[in-house]
Amino acid sequence: MTPALQRRLPLLTTGAIFAVLFAAATLLYDGFFSARVAVNLFTDNAALGLTAIGMTLVIFAGGIDLSVGAVAGFTSIFVATLIEKHHVHPTVAALAALAVGGTLGAGMGALIHWFRLPAFLITLAGMFLMRGCAFWVSTESIGIAHPLYERLSNCVLELGRFSLPLVALVLIAGLFGGGILAHYTRFGRNLLAIGGSEQSALLMGLPLGATKVGVYMVNSLCATAAGLVGTLYTGSGNPSTGIGLELDAIAVVVIGGTVLTGGRGHMLGTLFGLLIFGTIQSALLFDGRLSPWWSRIVVGLLLLAFILLQRLLLRRLNRR
Amino acid sequence: MRDSPWQRALRSPVLWPLAGIAALLAVNLILKPGFLNLTVLDGHLYGLPIDVLHRGAKTLILALGMTLVIATGGVDLSVGSVVAITGALAATLIGHGVASLPLILAGALGAGALAGLANGLLIARIGVQPIVATLILMVAGRGVAQVLTDGQVLIIKHAGFDFLGNGFVAGLPFTIVCATLLYVVTHIALRRSAAGLFIEAVGDNPEAARFAGLATARIKTLVYVASGLCAAFAGAMESANIGAADAQRAGENLELDAIFAVVVGGTALTGGRFLLLGSFIGALLLQLLVTTMYHLGVPPAVAPVPKALLILLVCLLQSERTRGWFRGLAPAKS
Repeated sequence: MTPALQRRLPLLTTGAIFAVLFAAATLLYDGFFSARVAVNLFTDNAALGLTAIGMTLVIFAGGIDLSVGAVAGFTSIFVATLIEKHHVHPTVAALAALAVGGTLGAGMGALIHWFRLPAFLITLAGMFLMRGCAFWVSTESIGIAHPLYERLSNCVLELGRFSLPLVALVLIAGLFGGGILAHYTRFGRNLLAIGGSEQSALLMGLPLGATKVGVYMVNSLCATAAGLVGTLYTGSGNPSTGIGLELDAIAVVVIGGTVLTGGRGHMLGTLFGLLIFGTIQSALLFDGRLSPWWSRIVVGLLLLAFILLQRLLLRRLNRR
Repeated sequence: MRDSPWQRALRSPVLWPLAGIAALLAVNLILKPGFLNLTVLDGHLYGLPIDVLHRGAKTLILALGMTLVIATGGVDLSVGSVVAITGALAATLIGHGVASLPLILAGALGAGALAGLANGLLIARIGVQPIVATLILMVAGRGVAQVLTDGQVLIIKHAGFDFLGNGFVAGLPFTIVCATLLYVVTHIALRRSAAGLFIEAVGDNPEAARFAGLATARIKTLVYVASGLCAAFAGAMESANIGAADAQRAGENLELDAIFAVVVGGTALTGGRFLLLGSFIGALLLQLLVTTMYHLGVPPAVAPVPKALLILLVCLLQSERTRGWFRGLAPAKS
């Protein structure tokens, strides 16, 4: 195996697993192979996908962010309350939510970088904080009835047999944007360098602090976007939106072949990871015999398989 | 020059959590002058302090296992899911007509030990980072619990099992007696033997510990098994206490509470040192904080906010940078 191929092996494996899973589901269930199911893979997992994009970037830099689910939950209820109770225009409400999310992310990044505190602990505190604040705003879900929301949720792009709702379009745009940010900008290369070895990155003169604070901020913005997309998708705001979302997002990123220690991975893998996640859930839905709880177990097992694969690969690469 | 006992007490790591407890008690006493009152009913002790201890028991037990794990420089995120699994397993066993309490407990504790063993082997033998390895079980474990209960909330009716959560020993709730005993026994077992030092050595520098002849991998595996056992016990206790197993909600966010209790108690997340007394006090502080929030009329769902602020404060106080600032402020010693 050439080194180039070996480096791409996790990505190729993820792609192959997706192909096999989708083919198996197509053979097993009538009507699985359709434009509708394919589009729903994106529509139903839009919020998860958006958080996974940000999480990919954070994990590139060797970090982790457990607060994303709570940020999405806070955004959801915050925006709904602003629109319904305080009659704020949705665009203003969305901007306010993004400002809160961005500030929180930058704050967490600053604590992690300048105070050298463990990322998982700080973001855990962020998770508690945002989830608590979400329930502080309102303990009950609030329906959003605003003309703009209705227009946006009816907004569909027709592409031959595919009719893509706005939610799916946002996800696809996000994946493109994330991919460009990760692989074609200086910021993305800095992230991978820091994840590979923070010491070397520092010695190379890369802007460590700005990059780390920046990536946590971008991730929180992604989580906020996920919360916004969630309100579009359900037409309401709910403070318990996104419980467990952070775990799903991390699972999607790892199944996508990104190494959790940082420094290695590809945004394309996250797309495949998301598709695998979505396919498992649609297949369980089509099957109807297995309880939906099995999806968590399958995702856990896939996570285990990928982590073992990563260990094996890293060991071989290090031996060279 | 030897420090006076007063100076030594001032430097004690449990000083701050104890001060926190004192402050919270003061707040509670102002809000509710009868806060510390205890009454005896049917030979059992009742009162708000007893209630705090009783409700804090499961966090206490989880924090015990977590302390050992963190001492080796690791972390166990799966304890919440293990709590859910053991509750579900106990309920399923009882539902299938298993009447013998030892058998039920053996099943629950066995499941916990197995979960811990899986974590430990992944971390110690394969070399996966602790956060990642235990994350797998955190994700999959709740699924396992839900498959066991089929997504239902199972009602538990078993007199012997009920005792675990609601029984009384010598007038005190069994949960309190049990949690305290576990701490005392673990403390004696680890501090009167070399085992405690071994755990700290592994956390301080695994390489050096290995060269010194310690079975690093085995010690690491064992602490995760201990954490799994603690989680299993807490799970059995919680499901017995509420008389039901809820795979969805049982043990939710408990891993965070356990980690917080340990960190607040002065055990550093970097490992290499542990303080069981600190974790004990930390868990009580956390529970007292939650009870205080209830008395202040804060809805339970908002209670995480003060918890988050508390942990941020403690983290900042523990960080090297802030310590440096404080050192800069203090007059230079001659």
